[in-house]
Amino acid sequence: MPEAGILLDLYRRMVLARRFDVQVTALTRQGRLATYPSGLGQEACEIAAAAALADDDWLFPTYRDSIALLARGVKAVEILSFFRGDWHSGFDPKQRRIAPQSTPLATQALHAVGFATASKMRHESVATLAFLGDGATSEGEAHEAFNFAAVWQAPTVFVVQNNGYAISVPFSKQSRARTLADKAIGYGMPGHFVDGNDVAAMYAVITDALDRARNGGGPTLIEGLTYRMEAHTNSDDPSRYRGDEEVERWRVLDPIARIESYLIREGALTEKLRAEIADAAEQLAAETRDAMNESPHLDPLELFDHVYATPRAALAEQRDYLATELESSEARHLS
Amino acid sequence: MTIAHDTNVTAAVAQAPASVTLAGALNSALADAMSEDDSVVVFGEDVGPLGGVFRVTDGLSARFGDDRVWDSPLAEAGIVGTAIGMAMNGMRPVIEMQFDAFSYPAFQQITSHLAKMRNRTKGALELPVVVRIPYAGGIGGVEHHSDSSEAYWTHTPGLTVVTPSNPSDAYWMLRQAISSNDPVIFLEPKSRYWMKDAVDHSTPAAPLDRARVIRTGTDVTLLAYGPTVKTAMDAAALAELEDLSIEVIDLRTLSPFDDETVGGSVRKTTRAAVIHEAAQFGGYGAEVAARVTERNFFHLAAPILRIAGFDVPFPSPKLEEYFLPTAERVLAALDTWEW
Ligand SMILES: Cc1ncc(C[n+]2csc(CCOP(=O)(O)OP(=O)(O)O)c2C)c(N)n1
Ligand SMILES: [Mg+2]
Repeated sequence: MPEAGILLDLYRRMVLARRFDVQVTALTRQGRLATYPSGLGQEACEIAAAAALADDDWLFPTYRDSIALLARGVKAVEILSFFRGDWHSGFDPKQRRIAPQSTPLATQALHAVGFATASKMRHESVATLAFLGDGATSEGEAHEAFNFAAVWQAPTVFVVQNNGYAISVPFSKQSRARTLADKAIGYGMPGHFVDGNDVAAMYAVITDALDRARNGGGPTLIEGLTYRMEAHTNSDDPSRYRGDEEVERWRVLDPIARIESYLIREGALTEKLRAEIADAAEQLAAETRDAMNESPHLDPLELFDHVYATPRAALAEQRDYLATELESSEARHLS
Repeated sequence: MTIAHDTNVTAAVAQAPASVTLAGALNSALADAMSEDDSVVVFGEDVGPLGGVFRVTDGLSARFGDDRVWDSPLAEAGIVGTAIGMAMNGMRPVIEMQFDAFSYPAFQQITSHLAKMRNRTKGALELPVVVRIPYAGGIGGVEHHSDSSEAYWTHTPGLTVVTPSNPSDAYWMLRQAISSNDPVIFLEPKSRYWMKDAVDHSTPAAPLDRARVIRTGTDVTLLAYGPTVKTAMDAAALAELEDLSIEVIDLRTLSPFDDETVGGSVRKTTRAAVIHEAAQFGGYGAEVAARVTERNFFHLAAPILRIAGFDVPFPSPKLEEYFLPTAERVLAALDTWEW
């Protein structure tokens, strides 16, 4: 069991994460963002992973994992730049040591393995952590990533968040395996099946796996069993594929309520501290709303600026074309 | 208007040392790049002790050790995906797809990540990865061993796509590709692997983003690349017997396209044809014909022709001779113009 100070920190970050998530989902419903895949209900996995990573470690997240980015210090506005449609990735990956949130399923797991292998080749003590969904484990690239990691003994930890669904498709249609963690045996790496709504357990298991990876012990596959409380994204209609009773069964297992009642029972979380954390969460929500009220200045000409390191004449021509088009439409507006 | 005619080709070759094969030139390019830069690593299927099925990596694992040159598990998406991760972390991987058609399992990694990472992160993450792909036919390969897939890659913004046709270019273009901070799809014409020629190791003949005029002429410009450069040169030699003067351009770089060199030649000759092995419909030649026409229409005396593979899957070994463009087929195509 991690010590109380760590648990309090995890609790704090989970509360902030949920408030952020609820706020962003609301903003998305108001049409302020193009889309937002919520992590509501999955905070134990998300925050445990973010907190377990050392400063030099790298995170390889999916579209689902915005709150892990938040917990690792990425600013709300930098995260939401992607979902608001400003640019594909709104933060500097090197500064945050986080790869851009990946949409093509399971592809980022291979990047995590390659990245970790490069660090290992240079004898650096760096691990990588790749998030995957339950559905993504059916992709060929998940298999390739697990296998490459094991063969190369890459310092990579795979955290599969089994949230029960891949959009509408339940886990039962995804795999006949008893647990996804069982698959680790076939690759020759350790696998752990963990209660994904127990932040203390997730934190302990991920921390061990990262230590092991950094110390030359190779990769680990961790499955956290959890539940996606919200729709897949705002454009999804979960009533078409799951019933309220199921959602209510999981609500009882809420990861924040569980750690909160534990910390209160242990006397570690006072009412005063709880109120302070709740205030901080409101503050974050307000900042997030404010940030989304400001429209960033987007320069259409930037479309051409980052495609190649080596400049291309043909792209410069197209840039000029767009610049002229923009000037003439501006002139039309002025006249 | 400058026209990048290169009349010095034969001069460079004259001072050059002993002849090597195109495969051998690629091998020395890899060895030289690895000796100069520790971050260059080579991995893929059978590239270790075996030296690759075409022996391009022959001797490299013995010389540099199996932590610089190694056999990866057999999975193309895995090879490209892990190379991407390594490149994000300071390495310069040179990876091999064993044959053209076996690069398809890696299509998603190449088009969705390798090509896009730089743009997605506003230049914060560059991916200096070279994907070497032996391509095209003419070696009697069975199904799936003779595809020309260049149009898939040239249609993808973010990728640089090049193909050498001779040992000297093979050496220098691979060195330049490895030095480039952009991901490069490096297409190796497998029917030319055993062609021998001298390589001048002192200076590259041209930058990676330039085409080269390899034979000067006045009546027609033939645009060729990789395996069809020889076809074009053969056609030019035959045409000379009929007093037709053909200029041949080795495109070398498919993306970017060297508008300047090609435009300069076409404005002079006023007629052009492009030759490739890939199927004609939607092929690379369609882009060449369209863009060269758009930019030079008033200088053209005739429509730009495409001499390409038929719109059928690449044939079985005994039928490939009917499919591949030949010098005779090129000349027959030029005859369809009104002169
Ligand atoms: C290669 C690929 N195929 C399909 C999709 C479309 N898609 C986006 S999310 C998703 C479901 C993924 O489910 P899971 O891996 O369980 O992750 P979750 O969304 O539950 O976090 C699908 C099918 C995609 N993004 N990438
Ligand atoms: Mg899921």
